[in-house]
Amino acid sequence: MTTYAGADITRDAHTIRPGAFGNATTLRCRECGATTPLGAHYACSDCFGPLEVDYDLPSITREQITSGPPNIWRYQSLLPVPADIASFPNTEPGLTRLVRADRLAAALGLRRLWVKDDSGNPTHSFKDRVVAVALAAARELGFQVLACPSTGNLANAVAAAASRAGIRSVVMVPHNLEQQKILTTAVYGGTLVAVEGTYDDVNRLASEIAGEEEGWAFVNVNVRPYYAEGSKTLGFEIAEQLGWRLPQQVVVPIASGAQLVKIDKGLREFVELGLVEDAPYKIFGAQATGCSPVSAAFKAGHDVVQPVKPDTIAKSLAIGNPADGPYVLDVCRRTGGVVEDVSDDEVLAGIELLARTEGIFGETAGGVTVATLKKLVETGQLDPDAETVIINSGDGLKTLDAIAGKVGPKATIRPTYDAFTEAGLA
Amino acid sequence: MGVKVRIPTILRTYTGGASEVAADGGTLAEVLDSLEANFPGIRARVLDDAGKLRRFVNVYVGEEDVRFASGLETPTPDGTQVSVIPAVAGG
Repeated sequence: MTTYAGADITRDAHTIRPGAFGNATTLRCRECGATTPLGAHYACSDCFGPLEVDYDLPSITREQITSGPPNIWRYQSLLPVPADIASFPNTEPGLTRLVRADRLAAALGLRRLWVKDDSGNPTHSFKDRVVAVALAAARELGFQVLACPSTGNLANAVAAAASRAGIRSVVMVPHNLEQQKILTTAVYGGTLVAVEGTYDDVNRLASEIAGEEEGWAFVNVNVRPYYAEGSKTLGFEIAEQLGWRLPQQVVVPIASGAQLVKIDKGLREFVELGLVEDAPYKIFGAQATGCSPVSAAFKAGHDVVQPVKPDTIAKSLAIGNPADGPYVLDVCRRTGGVVEDVSDDEVLAGIELLARTEGIFGETAGGVTVATLKKLVETGQLDPDAETVIINSGDGLKTLDAIAGKVGPKATIRPTYDAFTEAGLA
Repeated sequence: MGVKVRIPTILRTYTGGASEVAADGGTLAEVLDSLEANFPGIRARVLDDAGKLRRFVNVYVGEEDVRFASGLETPTPDGTQVSVIPAVAGG
């Protein structure tokens, strides 16, 4: 064993139990293909490329999945988690609603549209999925602290999962984050740190701390290969809830880009396992124009993403240097989708449109996705006759500031029937 | 004087385990040359075969990501802190 000081030593000394990572076999560099044993590694020691979990995928039937728990652990054998995962306290995320959105479809001129409403997770965003898998990895690797840099949704999910598991959490957020996200993190009682900077500044700081603090699992840094796998469950659920078939088009918001890439991975694994019939599908990425480095790279035909300084109300998507950006470009180009971006005004209109047609209150990221869907239809980039699924990744209650100036009471009246009729409300 | 360079965990095999090392040079490129002289092999981990910053490595001079500055030609005045960090991000 090496003798230098570093975060990996503790993990090397920690005995990893057999089956700790289920059917996962190794970590593989997505850039150069070099492999690393399963452990607390996240960057390739040869080329800095991100590591991804490889599996010896089991044969599994639809019946085995549907007889599993009503949460992401029904897909345990396809995730880097142990077979007894459900016996550990966790937030049990997933199996959120897939809502048939006929009124939104009609408003946009689409034939058939579904909203995968991930605001239904325990802390009201898709982040509960990834954190549940990261928590499992942290436990199996012997970490004592669950930590993250966050734009807010992850902060909620980490703080809640750590409380439920009875371990310490340390959550670092940009100091100008929406108050709703600050409070919905702080309430869980972990250590919440507001950092004077953008998300990218916070992320950099977290990356440096992760290299120094032994025993700290930064869910989206040093256990990121495991964490990111959690988003595959969005793809699994969409296919299962459609009645075991692939969607034809999926529109996904992009922050780091990991969610989009993993939805694609989940769909491909279902095909590989014979759980769904293979068929072409297109994946589309959605960004806010004020933070659209992936959209800009897509439109320019680049395969690298030039970082930007974010300036948008869609703070949960405000990652100026998205680590999975190049892979988003790969997925969208491979499947025939595109990456598009929309203005903040369009985002607000998107939030209202989703709420008024489907009764779903999405956060700003949901507004980005709906507005991007609208733009894709209007510009002929998305086929209105093909079955489409969009992701609503979080709850509008977390970004109330965004719409505070846009919606409100129609009238304020005295508590009399006369006042009611005079106000023209009948 | 010179500059201080923060070394990420995965490169500490080159620096004998040191998390921070001293280097010289008026630009980032020169700093990397100086690192290479003291810790042979380390430069090729940060730069690709074409001599450009690898896609998944972020280098900061002070608080600035060099991709927002002048890349490898970014000036590194005496006393500057340079940080090399694997690129990972997720909200």
